[in-house]
Amino acid sequence: MTDKQAAYPTDRHYTREHEWIAVQGGVGTVGITYYAQSELGDVVFVELPEKGQALVAGEEFGTIESVKAVSEVYAPVSGEVLEGNPSLREHPEKVNSDPYGEGWLLKVRIGSPKELEGLLSAEQYHAFVEEEAN
Amino acid sequence: MPVQFRSLIEEHLAVRTRAGLFDVSHMGEISVTGPDALPLLQRLTPNDVSRLAEGEAHYSALLTPRGTFVDDVLVYRRGPDRFFLCVNASNTEKDFQWIRGQAAGEVEVEDVSGDYAQLALQGPRAVAILARVADQAVGGIPSFHFIEGTVRGAPAILSRTGYTGEDGFEIYLPPAEAERIWTALLEAGKDDGLVPAGLGARDTLRLEARLPLYGNDIDETVTPLEAGLGFIVRLAKGEFLGSEVLRQQKERGVDRRLAGFEMTGAGIARHGYPLRVGGREAGAVTSGTFAPFLKKSIGLAYLPSASAAVGQEIDVMIRDKAVPGRVVQTPFYKRPS
Repeated sequence: MTDKQAAYPTDRHYTREHEWIAVQGGVGTVGITYYAQSELGDVVFVELPEKGQALVAGEEFGTIESVKAVSEVYAPVSGEVLEGNPSLREHPEKVNSDPYGEGWLLKVRIGSPKELEGLLSAEQYHAFVEEEAN
Repeated sequence: MPVQFRSLIEEHLAVRTRAGLFDVSHMGEISVTGPDALPLLQRLTPNDVSRLAEGEAHYSALLTPRGTFVDDVLVYRRGPDRFFLCVNASNTEKDFQWIRGQAAGEVEVEDVSGDYAQLALQGPRAVAILARVADQAVGGIPSFHFIEGTVRGAPAILSRTGYTGEDGFEIYLPPAEAERIWTALLEAGKDDGLVPAGLGARDTLRLEARLPLYGNDIDETVTPLEAGLGFIVRLAKGEFLGSEVLRQQKERGVDRRLAGFEMTGAGIARHGYPLRVGGREAGAVTSGTFAPFLKKSIGLAYLPSASAAVGQEIDVMIRDKAVPGRVVQTPFYKRPS
């Protein structure tokens, strides 16, 4: 996945902490971006919150570990955890191989849809990443 | 040298199953020459330098009078009075000053780090690959032996040593030749699956093989006996710096020792994380990682000797949570012979 189109799908929102959230109905699916996983390197462990736990926008909700580094992940919006991706326990490498698909982290019932307005579009996130990379 | 080229795990597995090429030119080199070189090194290091034949190397250390590590080093014997030390990059200046400060009589100590680049070709296919570019036969060089030869015409020390737990060579050569030989090796090893490998894989490979890292697992507060490196301590050779402390430790036993553990709970132990035995703080992780070949989380830590036996249950404090693990036999990985 090297082309820019695939690296920043336009059907979702992004954060400056390199998470994405795709919304359907009142439910958001949350993951980390292609850029984030490539910076982390091989993901070998993912720690996620339990079902029912409250998320607060901008606050840490879990941990992703690669061989070389530990990294916190932050909630794009407030809400309630519906489920963590159960397949990451056995296959954390999906965060690398398919960060926008099978490597999703959480499904969350969105508490306040207005918070989505504060997030970045694909285009804005792309610009942000370019800036950060330079 | 980058931390990784593509994927640290792929690089790690390539070295275990095929071969990897590391640029470790940052390592320091110190030459010690002259009629009094041997007695000087006998006094500064715990291993028995007099047993080294020309063309042979051994793992050893520079020790303080307290028997603790100034550094861990490889000692090469290039001639009756000519020795060559490979030292840790960040310790080069310290080591050089230390050796020079201790030198007496007819001996010249020189920091020759600028004269050498170093490439490490490691893995089960390493010897076959090097054989294609070296101008001398290398297959017959035994482990911990070296020749002074040439690679594609470039003068090189070809040393059958490494820091990965695999067979292979460390190649010392003039910096101006490094890039040409790097490219030649990668080309020669392409069909064998040779890949360039970074510092990240070097660290996970050495930890699986339980090779200590200076600054993490050993430093000026611990002795070789505490670090489980008794094989470099040759008390029978006579007195040397630290020998009195080491003799006493050997007689009475050490109070703590570096133990290997694996996590039985979910989580990765990392450098500095506190470690508990029976709910009480008992030390800290000196090195820890997810081990790509073994596919588990492993680490090293100094534990009170009474709590360091294989099978001992421990807890590693990971983000304020006690995650269980247990002491295991080391090395974690040993290459099939």
